[in-house]
Amino acid sequence: MQKSSVDIRSLQIGFGGLKVLENLDLHVGESEFLVLLGPSGCGKSTLLNAIAGLIDVKGGEIHIGGRDVTWAEPKDRGIAMVFQSYALYPRMSVRRNMSFGLKVAGTPQSEIERRVGEAAQMLRLTSLLERRPSELSGGQRQRVAIGRALVRHAGVYLFDEPLSNLDAQLRAELRVEIKRLHARLGATMIYVTHDQIEALTLADRIAVMQGGVIQQLDTPKKIYREPVNRFVASFVGSPAMNFIPGRLARGGEMVFVAGVNRLGLNGYVFRSQPTDAPVVLGIRPEHIEMTGADDQSSVPARVEMVEPMGADTLIWCRLADGTAFSFRRDADAQVRAGDALAVRFPADALSLFDEASGQRL
Amino acid sequence: MTAVAQLLPASRRPKRMTPARWGLYAFIFITALYFLLPLYVMIVTSLKPMAEIRQGNLLALPAAPSIDAWVKAWTSACTGLTCQGIKIGFFNSLRILVPSVGISILIGSLTGYALSLWRLPGANILFGAMMVVAFIPYQVFIYPLVRVFSFTGLGQSLLTIVIIHTIFGLPTMTLLFRNYFASLPVELFKAARVDGAGFYQIYALIMMPMATPMIVVAVILQTTGIWNDFILGLIFAGRDNLPMTVQLNNIVNSTQGERAYNVDMAATLLTALLPLVVYFGSGRWFVRGIAAGAVKG
Repeated sequence: MQKSSVDIRSLQIGFGGLKVLENLDLHVGESEFLVLLGPSGCGKSTLLNAIAGLIDVKGGEIHIGGRDVTWAEPKDRGIAMVFQSYALYPRMSVRRNMSFGLKVAGTPQSEIERRVGEAAQMLRLTSLLERRPSELSGGQRQRVAIGRALVRHAGVYLFDEPLSNLDAQLRAELRVEIKRLHARLGATMIYVTHDQIEALTLADRIAVMQGGVIQQLDTPKKIYREPVNRFVASFVGSPAMNFIPGRLARGGEMVFVAGVNRLGLNGYVFRSQPTDAPVVLGIRPEHIEMTGADDQSSVPARVEMVEPMGADTLIWCRLADGTAFSFRRDADAQVRAGDALAVRFPADALSLFDEASGQRL
Repeated sequence: MTAVAQLLPASRRPKRMTPARWGLYAFIFITALYFLLPLYVMIVTSLKPMAEIRQGNLLALPAAPSIDAWVKAWTSACTGLTCQGIKIGFFNSLRILVPSVGISILIGSLTGYALSLWRLPGANILFGAMMVVAFIPYQVFIYPLVRVFSFTGLGQSLLTIVIIHTIFGLPTMTLLFRNYFASLPVELFKAARVDGAGFYQIYALIMMPMATPMIVVAVILQTTGIWNDFILGLIFAGRDNLPMTVQLNNIVNSTQGERAYNVDMAATLLTALLPLVVYFGSGRWFVRGIAAGAVKG
């Protein structure tokens, strides 16, 4: 099976006067699993449709497998695609759905049967081959749609929110199945979703998009640990990152000051020269530590509410000056509303953003 | 705290027959009577001999029902100079109907498909123009079309009337299929394109098999419309291909001496038979067709 890279150079897409994408560059390597993540309307589906050749571009180039396919027909791009609404042909059996593309391309019957059989076995569809799509459950339909993509032996597989129509349990199951498929085939995959869990679990690299612009393109770990701006920081991660406004002060070491609270920043790696401008401190709920009251770097807080979430517990607190934040403890944490406790914000787990621009400092 | 049990009267199922309901039923009944009475009179008159009709008991059932008038209307009533009954007209209408319905649906569905899914430049303007034309009365087109067909040498012929019906049916058929295809998930079309199917393959292999309900509706609309046409058939079909409606008019209006009411009635019922069968056989589909946005049938 061939594996293609995808190269997008200063791509522009617009509808009428509306610019959806402007000068977008993106490189997807062979066998890479890239996730386009963002809220609805951020242009991620538009980008995927442009790669598939289903919408016309206004400018720029798209290369797949080293070939310029900017103006090629979808079928000539060496791609296969899976859609959110499954898009199975309702009047055809599962077998005919999967073989339709090969038949249209004039593939010999024996080869069609071999590929359909192979894909059906991989996706556990063998017993369903003679059924109509209307006789299948949602999860089965999406497996058929994936199968229909697989038989094309494409260089790039495109997924347009394939799990969004399924219920939570099926979504988790199929997510694992897609990940297994990628490991087994080693195919290049581009996957669009607004679900950050899907993005974090599946991707080799994530491109977080907003307003038609890729905000950050990096590994899931980097995206999660070192978001480049406040949008990425707040969009990725659940429960959400805590944000505390304040400013920086230099007193031997750099210090973050929010009201009466001071936080030493020894260990934080600055990207740019710190200034006096107002900043926002971000910290993920699981990075806040509970300490004894005698710890020098700790601050006192009062518990407002406790949210048990099964495997762990989310604890909502306020500092003395009223600043609210939440942090995570394991399920058996003995904490009740009204308790007083001391917490520590480790400097190496922090993110600092410029308040005006939202960029990471 | 003490709970006070308050005994309220149990709620009752509301009375089915309110006065408003009675009024509604009375209205429906009278309306039905208004339409059914003429039909009744036609049927009983067609089954009576002339002697019985002359007595003037319009509503009376026939003393001895006979289908003589029906046989005469079908085989030997005079339509102008020839006296071969209305069957000539029936077969003429059939020969006009079948190709006209087939071709207009084929072209209409194809244009509707192209306009809804392929988003060609100017598609909306084209469709808008088509809709505007659909609301211009036929009469405006008749004289220019007569000139066009005489200029091209087609004149009056079976081919001419089929072309005419196809043209006049096109806006309705296009609208019907465009709206239907536009209501399908567009991802289906995208999936077919990624699968490599071309314009006609998507149309024939994916879209038309899904459009069965719309095809049924289109057949009903076109069949009743073309069968009931009078003026286009009279002008464009030519002397040898006059449709049944024109022949019926000739029978009813060209009688010499005593008017054969029973034959007229039988001939009229025979002419109305096909639309009647279509209406009764497909009531549900027909309503669906009207609801689907076809305004001009």
